[in-house]
Amino acid sequence: MAGPALSEADAMAVRLGDVTKVYDNGVAALGPLDLDVKRGEFVSLLGPSGCGKSTALRLIAGLTTPSSGVVGVSQPANETRAGHAIGFVFQEPTLMPWASVRDNVRLPLKLAGMPPTEADRRISEALAQVALSEFAAAYPRELSGGMKMRVSLARALVTRPDILLMDEPFAALDEITRFRLNNDLLELWRKLNMTVIFVTHSVFESVYLSQRVVVMSSRPGRVSAEFRIDTPEPRVEDFRMSASYAAYCREVSQALVPSYSGPTSV
Amino acid sequence: MSSSRDFVRFLLPVVVLAAGIALWELVVRVNDIQPYVLPGPSAVFQTLVADWPVLSESLGVTLLTTLEGFIAAAIGGVALALLFNQSKWLEYSLFPYAVILQVTPVIAIAPLLLIYLQQQTAVIVCAWIVAFFPVLSNTTLGLNSVDRNLAGLFSLYGASRLQTLRYLKLPAALPYILGGLRIAGGLSLIGAVVAEIAAGTAGAGSGLAFRIAESGYRLNIPRMFAALLLLSVAGIVIYGLLALISHLVLRRWHESALRKEN
Repeated sequence: MAGPALSEADAMAVRLGDVTKVYDNGVAALGPLDLDVKRGEFVSLLGPSGCGKSTALRLIAGLTTPSSGVVGVSQPANETRAGHAIGFVFQEPTLMPWASVRDNVRLPLKLAGMPPTEADRRISEALAQVALSEFAAAYPRELSGGMKMRVSLARALVTRPDILLMDEPFAALDEITRFRLNNDLLELWRKLNMTVIFVTHSVFESVYLSQRVVVMSSRPGRVSAEFRIDTPEPRVEDFRMSASYAAYCREVSQALVPSYSGPTSV
Repeated sequence: MSSSRDFVRFLLPVVVLAAGIALWELVVRVNDIQPYVLPGPSAVFQTLVADWPVLSESLGVTLLTTLEGFIAAAIGGVALALLFNQSKWLEYSLFPYAVILQVTPVIAIAPLLLIYLQQQTAVIVCAWIVAFFPVLSNTTLGLNSVDRNLAGLFSLYGASRLQTLRYLKLPAALPYILGGLRIAGGLSLIGAVVAEIAAGTAGAGSGLAFRIAESGYRLNIPRMFAALLLLSVAGIVIYGLLALISHLVLRRWHESALRKEN
């Protein structure tokens, strides 16, 4: 995995220090980037395509290594929590088409060598969390886009991760399905007490979901602005309709203006 | 609607077959052509029934050879592809020779094999040579077609090489492997026949192709046709069986096995 682990006493779940990423072809994708995410925090990374927000997520997950700088990720709160400290949800559902919903969700546990009875309990729990218990025997192709995404979410949750990384998970879904999944995600986050880092290019989604919106600029990707979204918890559909939500969206949108009005933008 | 279309698709080739057989019979009868020049379909059928003891035994021999060659090709092709997938060095070293083996016409290799190997072994090796390459190349293609994000997911969850192979690469490659096997089934029959023909002139065989060669020398043309017919049917059955297996294995999830919507 990437970099040194953060100590148990540390209140940080993820800490990126001066991290850069330069690809083999010489393209500087990221950085230098500094980002601290507290335990239990819900942070969105918002920015235009190619600003390196997905790269940042892959660095945290250990799917790629930084060219320089330090990536620190906290260890699981306790060992029995089992499986994995990090859950990852990709932009596509990324399910195995040959396996049923249940077996797709089972994958992380199977790879970790968990005994089947314990695994079965966990899987049922994860499927119940995303309201898919009835579809355990279905195959991915038999499900709608939104349901496939739920399966992907259940697979990430089944290891009971401390940190959930989500890479534009709802970008390909229709607005109505997305709103519903947004609410479901918020509910899960409150209930499971996870740290969530959510990559998106939707201002509205980022403001609705997060406690903190980190706006990134492109080539190379860095933090260009940060917004704290202070609103009474729990957030419900009312927040989406409120004046303060609209005000936050306007504010965040303004921070994005340079990334599409500059002379070099596409 | 679509069921009547299916019926027509089934009916048309049958009509063409029946018309062809009728025309053949008619030409033979009207022109009074001798059976040693061109036997009519009825004569071929009579021979098939009369010579069934000999022909069925030969059919058994050829099918057994084909099966052995096919199994060897299936195991060899998949195993080589797996080895190549695990080690690039091995792939670079050996793949060119697999290609050479494939592009050299087997009919030219068969006589050599018959010199160095026992006939039965030589025939199986011939079937293997012709049939293993499509399995190898299709399996290789399949193993390399794994979804990148899924591969990332496996590494995120700390999957070992063996786990990645077993739970990700092999299932992902399965449709390709089955496609390769479907080609290999027909090819191993061809390989077996080629080797039998090559060996047949030495006069030690007993398979269907040997019967064809032997009947040719004896000007027993109806038996040549009967043996040819059996070979054809064997090829069709082999292909049909493999297609059926492929469909049964993939029907729950793979695009190729799904019914078209609307």
